[in-house]
Amino acid sequence: MATLEIRDLHVSVEADNGSREILKGVDLTVKQGETHAIMGPNGSGKSTLAYSLAGHPKYQITSGQVTLDGEDVLEMSVDERARAGLFLAMQYPVEIPGVSVSNFLRTSATATRGEAPKLRTWVKEVRETMERLHMDPAFAERNVNEGFSGGEKKRHEILQLELLKPKIAVLDETDSGLDVDALRVVSEGVNRVRESGEVGTLLITHYTRILRYIKPDHVHVFANGRIAESGGPELADKLEAEGYEAYTKDGATQ
Amino acid sequence: MAEAQNIPAGSTTAGAIAVAAESTVATRMSAPPSFDVADFPVPHGREEEWRFTPLNRLAGLHDGTAVASGNGVKVVIDAPDGVIVETVGRDDERLGKAGIPVDRVAAQAYSSFEQASVVTVPKESVLTEPVRITVHGEGGTAFCHQVIELGAFAEAVVVIDHTGDAVLASNVDYLLGDGAKLTVVSVQDWDDKAVHVAQHNALIGRDASFKSVVVTFGGDLVRLHPRVSYAATGGEAELFGLYFTDRGQHQEHRLLVDHNNPHNKSNAVYKGALQGEGAHAVWIGDVLIRVMAEGTDTYEMNRNLVLTDGARVDSVPNLEIETGEIVGAGHASATGRFDDEQLFYLMARGIPEQDARRLVVRGFFAELVQQIGLPDVEERLITKIEQELEASVA
Repeated sequence: MATLEIRDLHVSVEADNGSREILKGVDLTVKQGETHAIMGPNGSGKSTLAYSLAGHPKYQITSGQVTLDGEDVLEMSVDERARAGLFLAMQYPVEIPGVSVSNFLRTSATATRGEAPKLRTWVKEVRETMERLHMDPAFAERNVNEGFSGGEKKRHEILQLELLKPKIAVLDETDSGLDVDALRVVSEGVNRVRESGEVGTLLITHYTRILRYIKPDHVHVFANGRIAESGGPELADKLEAEGYEAYTKDGATQ
Repeated sequence: MAEAQNIPAGSTTAGAIAVAAESTVATRMSAPPSFDVADFPVPHGREEEWRFTPLNRLAGLHDGTAVASGNGVKVVIDAPDGVIVETVGRDDERLGKAGIPVDRVAAQAYSSFEQASVVTVPKESVLTEPVRITVHGEGGTAFCHQVIELGAFAEAVVVIDHTGDAVLASNVDYLLGDGAKLTVVSVQDWDDKAVHVAQHNALIGRDASFKSVVVTFGGDLVRLHPRVSYAATGGEAELFGLYFTDRGQHQEHRLLVDHNNPHNKSNAVYKGALQGEGAHAVWIGDVLIRVMAEGTDTYEMNRNLVLTDGARVDSVPNLEIETGEIVGAGHASATGRFDDEQLFYLMARGIPEQDARRLVVRGFFAELVQQIGLPDVEERLITKIEQELEASVA
């Protein structure tokens, strides 16, 4: 069973006035089949955690450990992490001029699966997945993220999640900027992947709204660069009622 | 209609549409066209037509110090049956009919060549095999003149390959008879030290079609001046260009389409990728629609993809319209960069770095390459682009 283990992770970024520590000792274990919601105020370091796991060069790991099934993730390059089964649905997906969605999807599927998917089944697979995400087939011929609306970008991220079938999926504020209809469609996509039981999901969000559609097994409150409190789904209800104030008051704000 | 997006630092994209104004295309040149080099002052580099070009890398082509040497370039013309290939003297009346040199180097070339090549495709002959011209640099300096003439309703494909090392200044004339169809592919695949400055003049006959594919990969400095004018009506020009500018290279393409007759079409699409410190691409797209050129339909576009820091693009489309009675006229220019965030995004989907770069560059050029319409040339270009990418990363 795939397991992502994060141990005492410290991460810094270079700022104008030197290096600044954003993550201050994160401990978390995500197992295949589980869904963990990470909730927290702006600036608490949630996205830093997501990008650090994926290996974005901007973030420097100063200490700590991340392993996937015992293998050292921090030693892997960005593409190796993806091929090992780590997936990051990005908050701000990047435009890639000149590369069509269909070409991009096939290239990434080939890379992560280790062989080119059979053309006939692949075309069908993409088409059906796009239909379920209410995406127009013409979408496949557009350039990656170029001129996409906010909702289209997020659907495209979830399309990749469904096609690449990672072991661990990190969803970085996939819900932000979506209207209720789009949120429902995107959540259904995430739930289809979860129902396979083969993915561990780390759902990073600012709002409790998405948790009405995607039910987490565990909820963690993130504040000041670490997990301040962990609990079951009832913790989300508490946050819904009380907000993050309790976690930001005692000197936790930056 | 001008657009600019994602312009990296160190790049410029400027454009202008002038309507019924004094001809900026003509007045931007510092001297009127002439066959005689003495009519052009030695450029100092601040002239509009020279301001992007590093004069100190022209090997003296601009100031009269370049002298033809015996070992300049070796020109071999391989033509199918029915095509007439001649070597002629300076007084041959077919020379210089398609256009007049517009700058000092072109005039220097015209004033300095001793013999010219004339390739004639007789009227109504339709070639099934291309005419192949190889221009191989042998390390010296050369001045050349070539004429390719198609009689009425003749059809031909001409592939001109430039390889080796040389300092070469030349003029190439394309004369298209009525209803003729000419496709010319000019590949600049020079070695690293080559300097190549050329003016290409196409004169398009009534109802004739001209397709030019300019492909520039190599050389230290390549500066090409493809120019088109029309002898009558109903003509069509398609100007496609593709360049891959590496570290330290200067590659400059200066187009002029002169709509000097009514009811003609033109379409220019140039795309370039750049990588490495000091890579510099210049694209000038001048389109002139003269007052008599009613019914003109024209569009020009330049796209650049900057793959690394340290490269520079100057892209300047100019559209000058002296009559409102036209079908359409437009231009577009954009320079985008392949940056670390794009690389991260592709790699985060499992795609290795090399493959990610290849994916982006292939995609960028694919649409243009497909328009060439010559499968063997298309395949060769894709292969060459991939080699350029491999070489750069290695």
